Amino acid sequence: MSAPLIELAGVSRRYDLGDAEPVIALRDVDLAIDDGEFVSIVGPSGSGKSTMLHLLGALDKPSQGTVSVAGRDVSQMGDAELAELRNATIGFVFQQFHLLARTPAIANVELPLVYAGVGRAERRRRAGEALSQVGLGHRLEHKPNQLSGGEQQRVAIARALVTSPRLLLADEPTGNLDSHRGEEVMALLADLNAKQGVAVVVITHDLEVAALAPRQIGIRDGVVSEPAVLR
Amino acid sequence: MRFLEAVKVALTAIAANRLRSALTILGVVIGVMSVVLLVAVGTGARDEVTEGIESLGSNLLIAVPGEPGPGQPPGRRSFTVEDVESLRRDLPPGAEVTTNLTGGERLRAEGEETGGTVVGVTPEYQAVTNVEVVRGDFFGESDLTASRRVIVLSAGAAENLFGERDPLAQQVTIAGLQFRVVGITGEAQAAAFGPQAAGSQVYIPVTTAQRLFNTQQLDTLLVTAPDRDRLDAVASETERILTTGPGVDREVSIVTQDEILGVAGDILDTLTLVLAAIAGISLLVGGIGVSNIMLVSVTERTSEVGLRKALGARTRDITRQFLVEAVVLCGFGGVVGIGLGVGLAALAEAVTPLPAVVTTWSVATAFGVSVAVGVIFGVYPARRAGRLEPVVALRSE
Repeated sequence: MSAPLIELAGVSRRYDLGDAEPVIALRDVDLAIDDGEFVSIVGPSGSGKSTMLHLLGALDKPSQGTVSVAGRDVSQMGDAELAELRNATIGFVFQQFHLLARTPAIANVELPLVYAGVGRAERRRRAGEALSQVGLGHRLEHKPNQLSGGEQQRVAIARALVTSPRLLLADEPTGNLDSHRGEEVMALLADLNAKQGVAVVVITHDLEVAALAPRQIGIRDGVVSEPAVLR
Repeated sequence: MRFLEAVKVALTAIAANRLRSALTILGVVIGVMSVVLLVAVGTGARDEVTEGIESLGSNLLIAVPGEPGPGQPPGRRSFTVEDVESLRRDLPPGAEVTTNLTGGERLRAEGEETGGTVVGVTPEYQAVTNVEVVRGDFFGESDLTASRRVIVLSAGAAENLFGERDPLAQQVTIAGLQFRVVGITGEAQAAAFGPQAAGSQVYIPVTTAQRLFNTQQLDTLLVTAPDRDRLDAVASETERILTTGPGVDREVSIVTQDEILGVAGDILDTLTLVLAAIAGISLLVGGIGVSNIMLVSVTERTSEVGLRKALGARTRDITRQFLVEAVVLCGFGGVVGIGLGVGLAALAEAVTPLPAVVTTWSVATAFGVSVAVGVIFGVYPARRAGRLEPVVALRSE
C-alpha cells in the first residue's frame, strides 16, 4: 500500500510568545488523509484549525512530530522544495479568496502556472479549462471587483485546480458567502472530488458545512477527535 | 518565474498605483534631470571656451607681464609700443606681432547707448586672431600712425546702437570722443579674452586707445609663429627680446594656446564634474525615497506575498519581483528625467546665453545610475518581502 497523501505523526505546534506562557495550538496529533478522500475538519474558533491548515499545506513546520506530504517529511525540505510542493501537490482555497485585485480572472488562475514555469499559451489554455470546470468559462477577462463573492470563490477554486494538485485545501471556503452560495461552492468541491479524484480537505467552524463531507474530523483545544462529535 | 514575467508583474503593480509610483520616482526624475541638464551646461561652456581659444589661431603666443603661476594678477601693464617694435625688428621673418589694450566703456550713438569692451589693437590683430569683418574694413597702418578715431564695431554693438540702419561711416561717442565706424565684425566673433566679451568687443587703433585710456602702456603682446614647428623657438626668442636690453628688468610669461586650452579645459571639466556630483546627491536622495516607498509597498502587499508563496513562489521569485519593480520604476524615472533634462537644456540654450550640449555619456550615465539606484535601494525591501513567512503573510488582512 502506498503512503498516505498527508500524514501527521505525533505533531504538536507551540507558539512562543516571549515572556508570556507559550500557546500550544496542536497537541500530539496523529492523522492520515489518503488520495481521493473528502474530509472536513471542524472546530470552533481558537481550536487550532488554522494551525492545522498551515501544517497540512506545508506553509508551516511542526514544533514536534513529523508532517509528511506525498511521503516526504516537510521539516526536511528547503525553500525551493516547499514552493514546488505547494505549487504542484496542493491547491489552496481561502476564506477571503485572496485574488489579485485589478487582475483578470484568467490571469489570477494562471498565477500558479507562472511559478511552475509553464509557457504563456499553455498557461492560458489550462487556466481557461479550469475556469470552465468551475462554470466561469464566460468570465475569463472579468476582474475580481466585477464578480460576485460566489464567482470570486470559484475563480479561487479554479486557481487551486489549475496545476492538477492531489489535494485541495479549503479554509472556510463558505465563510464569506451566503448559505446558498456556500452550498454551491461545497457542491462544486464534492463534484471535483468525485469526478477528478482530487482529495479535498475543508476546514470550517460550520457544522452544517462539515456534515457535507463523508469523513469528519473534530478539533478542539488542539486535540483532534474522530469521528467528530457534531453538536 | 521568468524575467519577462517579473517585468510584467512589476508593470502591473506600478500601473495599479499610478500616483504612488509617480511620487516614488519623482526624486529619481529630478536627480537624473539635474545630472543631464547641469552636465549639458558645463559641457556647453567648455565647448564654447575651447572654440573661442582655438579660433585665435593655433600658432599664437601670448606674452603677459609678470611671473607665471597662481597669485599673479594679470594685466599689470608694463609693455609699450617700443616692445612691439623691437619684436617686429628682431623676430625671424614670418612672425606676426600685435598687441592689445582693453578697457570697458559706454558707447553712444544718436541717443542709443550700449556697454562695450574697447580693445585697442594694431591692424595685424585681425589676421593674428582671425577677426572676421563682414562689412567695411578693419582699420589700417595709417589709422594707427595718425591715432585716428576710427572704430570696428561688433555685430551686437552695431545692432544695439543703430538697429536696422547702416552703421558704416556713422559716429560713435566713447568718453566724449567721436569715432567713425569703418567696419563691422561677424556674429560668431571669437574674443581673445573669454567668450563673454565676444558679443560686445569693439576695436580701435591701439595708439588711439592709449590716449583714450590715458596710458603709455599695453596689456598683452600677441605673436604668431610662421608654423607650429617654430612655436617654441619663437616663444623663447620673444621672451629673450622682452627681458633683455638696456634698462629692462622684468618678468614675462609666454603662454601658448595649447596651455590656455589645457588649463581652461581642466577648470571647466572640474566644474562639470562638481555640477554632476551635486546633481548626483539628488539622485541619492531620490534612491532613498524609492527604498522608503518600496518598504511601505512591501508591508502593504504582505498578504499578496503570502498568497504567492502558497501558490508556489520561492523566496527568490518574490525577491526578484520586488527588485524588478524597483528597477523598472527607477529606469522609468530615469527615462522621464532624461527627457526633461534634454528638454530643459534645449530651453536653456534658447532663452539664455548659456550654451548647453547634451552628451551621450551623461545621458547613458544618468540612465545607468538610475537603474543602479533601483537595484541598490530595491535590494533591502525586496529581501524583506522574500523573507516573509507565508503563514504570517496570509494572516495579515
